[in-house]
Order: sequence, then structure tokens, then C-alpha cells
Amino acid sequence: MTHYLFYPGCSMESSAKAYYDSLMAVCKPLGLDLQEINDWNCCGATEYVSISLTPAYALIGRNLALAEQQANGSRTVVAPCSACYLNLAKADYYMRERPVLGEKVNTALAAGGLHYDPGSLVIRHLLDVIINDIGLDKVKEKVTRPLTGLRLAPYLGCMAPRPDYDHRWSNPEYPTELDRLLKVLGAEVIDFPLKTHCCGGHMTQIAPSTAFELIRRLVHAADQYHADLMVTLCPMCQMNVDAFQGEMNNHFHTDYHMPILFFTQLIGLAFGIDPKELGFGKELVSAGPALARIGVEAPAGEKGGEPPRKPKKTDGLPMPRMMEEERLP
Amino acid sequence: MTTQTVSPPDTIRFLEEVSAATAGVSRLEMCIQCGTCGGSCPSSSDMDHTPRMLFAMIRAGMREEALRSNTPWICVSCYHCTVRCPQGVHIADVMYTLKGMAIRAKLYQDSTAPDFSKTFVDMVEEYGRSYEFGLATRHYLKHFPLRLPSMTPMGLGMLSKKRMDISPRRIEGIEQLTAILSRAKELEAA
Repeated sequence: MTHYLFYPGCSMESSAKAYYDSLMAVCKPLGLDLQEINDWNCCGATEYVSISLTPAYALIGRNLALAEQQANGSRTVVAPCSACYLNLAKADYYMRERPVLGEKVNTALAAGGLHYDPGSLVIRHLLDVIINDIGLDKVKEKVTRPLTGLRLAPYLGCMAPRPDYDHRWSNPEYPTELDRLLKVLGAEVIDFPLKTHCCGGHMTQIAPSTAFELIRRLVHAADQYHADLMVTLCPMCQMNVDAFQGEMNNHFHTDYHMPILFFTQLIGLAFGIDPKELGFGKELVSAGPALARIGVEAPAGEKGGEPPRKPKKTDGLPMPRMMEEERLP
Repeated sequence: MTTQTVSPPDTIRFLEEVSAATAGVSRLEMCIQCGTCGGSCPSSSDMDHTPRMLFAMIRAGMREEALRSNTPWICVSCYHCTVRCPQGVHIADVMYTLKGMAIRAKLYQDSTAPDFSKTFVDMVEEYGRSYEFGLATRHYLKHFPLRLPSMTPMGLGMLSKKRMDISPRRIEGIEQLTAILSRAKELEAA
């Protein structure tokens, strides 16, 4: 077992519960021993730093200080959420790059009896650890139910591969880590050109039309490539593409139905783990039909989550049909 | 015709102010106005100014115009510009800095985006964790009441699939966190 400190982040307890459940289910077969940082707090997402700099970094600093205290032999903090990963990694990096920030953060932490030495921990994303520490050979060994016949669009979004100050990814704009992992699971993997394009982040909350256009581009591209599913490693990306797909469809008068799952759910599936333990059915755009095609009966989850499917009017006034035409292969 | 002149120290002062308020080393003064940032931006079409224009305005000392721009608020933090910038300017982080400065100077007119950040921060300061249900209800009722009907299926889906907690979770060390943040705020104001 490889031992790591683990920072789950707020989403893993709520909106990305499927990510958390499936990660816990695949830890043992992967040989991952994750020790959760006790009493961690929110990383501040992209919001706190927009309000005030020192408090934003002190908020992140508390997590780093707690992690350092609880290190117990391991110096590596693993974060499954891209925004959490980036915030922790950036705080550590900027405290080194600009010592005056480091001093301020530590002065603030001292008010809570804490201290963090920048550079003493290594912050890494979960996928990076699975690919580079555990290795694809080990993953391949554990595959008992290859995902043969499933066409996947690997989607990483922004904050895992960029800005990547510590050079952990193969490329900040076109990383192949997720592609390689999904191929080992036996799936057919699309060379998805939008794999690190933006999902809109918090724009679904503050400037919906900006966000809907970004979501439309992703879903439209995956649809054009005849993907069965998009696969992601970020709770925010999953939330935007999945939960806001219905509203995006209403906005553009489109009718996309593109499920998006977490990569850990697919690892679990390929390892032969019961889909009930992997959080299937929590997605609002159901992945059930796609999975049924490869003979997997995934739980549909409680009813009520399907996005509204507006019937297309064919006898009304002539309307612009560009979106429809664009969808033709 | 009178020519308005801006004295060089004022110009430099604003550039320095923005740089000093940015987390890492901003390298803002290194911008060569190549436009790679705007060309790489997925949301630039909704921006008042492309990042390149905004940085030129900062260097020209156009404080008020720069802080009134919607550009930092439309930035989606995708870091495409940041990794492509040939000068290594920390563009996304400069955008965060400008948001904070615009809020403090009360210059940004649209309240939706600053309010969202403030509500999020309020929840984090209160509980130590983010509280999506409280954040979403408060934010949508105030800023997007007309969006609620089209959002209902999504909200109900999130609740019925247990992807959103109705009650918040509070960390044990909330007093410690409060002490740390209070101290950090004093340092920020100093």
C-alpha cells in the first residue's frame, strides 16, 4: 500500500459524492492508502481570492499546516478535485515564489497556533498519482471486466493541467494521462480536441449565457464524435456539464443527452466492482442507457433528476435550425 | 485643445499597486502586448476589454476605467492565457487581484458576480466548508428569480440524488479558523 495524505474537498461530500464513493471503492485494489487530513476546511474555490488575498491564502494555509502536522512519513497530499488541487499547489508555490506572502500567511496561521513551511509538502492530483506512482501496468492487472465497446471522451478541464507550475502533466493543453488510463480499461477513447477546454466554472452562477455557450461547445463536440460518455476528473466540470445540461438545452433549444462520469467510476466498473458501490445513478443525465449497451446494469438512481426533454415542434413558425444541422455527422 | 497629462509616478503607482496585491510575482510589467491572451480566451467575446487591452490600461494608469471593466469578472480561470503567455505573466491571478480592487473601490457596477463571491466567502467563514444549498438559494433568489422555474428540475434532481446537503457542516476548528482569518484581514488592511 502506498500511503498519502488526502484532501477530499467540499464537493466530494455533496455534489461529487459519486466521485468519493467510487474512489473509496477502488483504493484497495489500486493499493492506495489515503489518510484524510483531520478537520480540513474549504479551499476557497475561485471565490475567496477574488475578495481578499491574504485571508484567501491563509484559508488554504490552514489545510497545508494541518497536513504537515499529520504527515506521519508521507509528504504527498492528494486532491481529487481540480480546484482544490490547484489552490493547494498554488499556495505552496506562491509562498515560495514570493516570500512576503509566505510570511503573511504564517503570521496569520500563528493566530491559530499553526505554521507551514512552503515546499515541505508535495501537492498532487489523484490522476497524476494513479498514473505515475501506481502505474498503468498495475491498473491493467486488476481489470476483470474490460469496457470493450464503450466510446469515451476524456475531459480534464482546466485546473488540473494548468498552470502546472511544478510540471506534473505531460502537456498543459493536451495531456494524455486520462486517455491512456481509459484505454487500459479496455474502452475506445476518442482523441477529444476539447479535453482541456473550460466548462464555465462559476459562470453558471453569475453569467449563465457565457457558461451555457462553453458547456454547449463541449457537449456538442462529444456528440459529434459519437461519444457514449464524457469522463472527467473534476467535480466542477461534472456538475456544469451534467446538472446544467438541461438548462443549457433549454437556452439553445437543443436536445443533447451526453452523460458525464468520474474516471474512478469507470476504473471501478472495469475492476468488476458492483456498480451500486460506484455512485452510478447520481448523474442527472443518466449514463444507464450507455452502460446497458455494454451489458452493465447500473442503478438508475432516484427519479426526478432527468433534465426536461422538450418535444420539438415541427409545425410552428420557421425557426433557425443551425444547431440541428450542425449535429449531423 | 488641452492635452491631459498623467504624471509618470501615478502611472507606475497603479501598475505597482496591482502587482503588489497579486499572490505570486505577477510579471505584469513584462507584458509585450502580443495579444496571445485574448486570442486564447474562451470568453473574450463577452469582455469589455481583452486582457491585453486591460494590461495596457493598467500601465497607462487608467485606474478607474480598468476597475470598471467587466473583464476580470468574465474570466473563467481556465489558465489558457497563463500557460501561453510568452512573458510568463500570471494573468489569471492578476484578474483575481483586479476583482478585489474593484470591490474595495466600489467601481464595478454589476452586483451579481461580487455578491456570489461574497456569499460564498460568508458561508466558508461561518462553517469552514462551502454550503452549496445555502449559497444557491440565497444567490438565485436575489439575482436570478426568473431563472428558478428552468432550474427547478436540476435543483430537485440534486436534492433527490443526495448531491446537495440541506444543512451545512461546520468544522471543529472553526474558532481557530476565525482567529487565523481575522489576523489575515488585519494584515491585508495594513
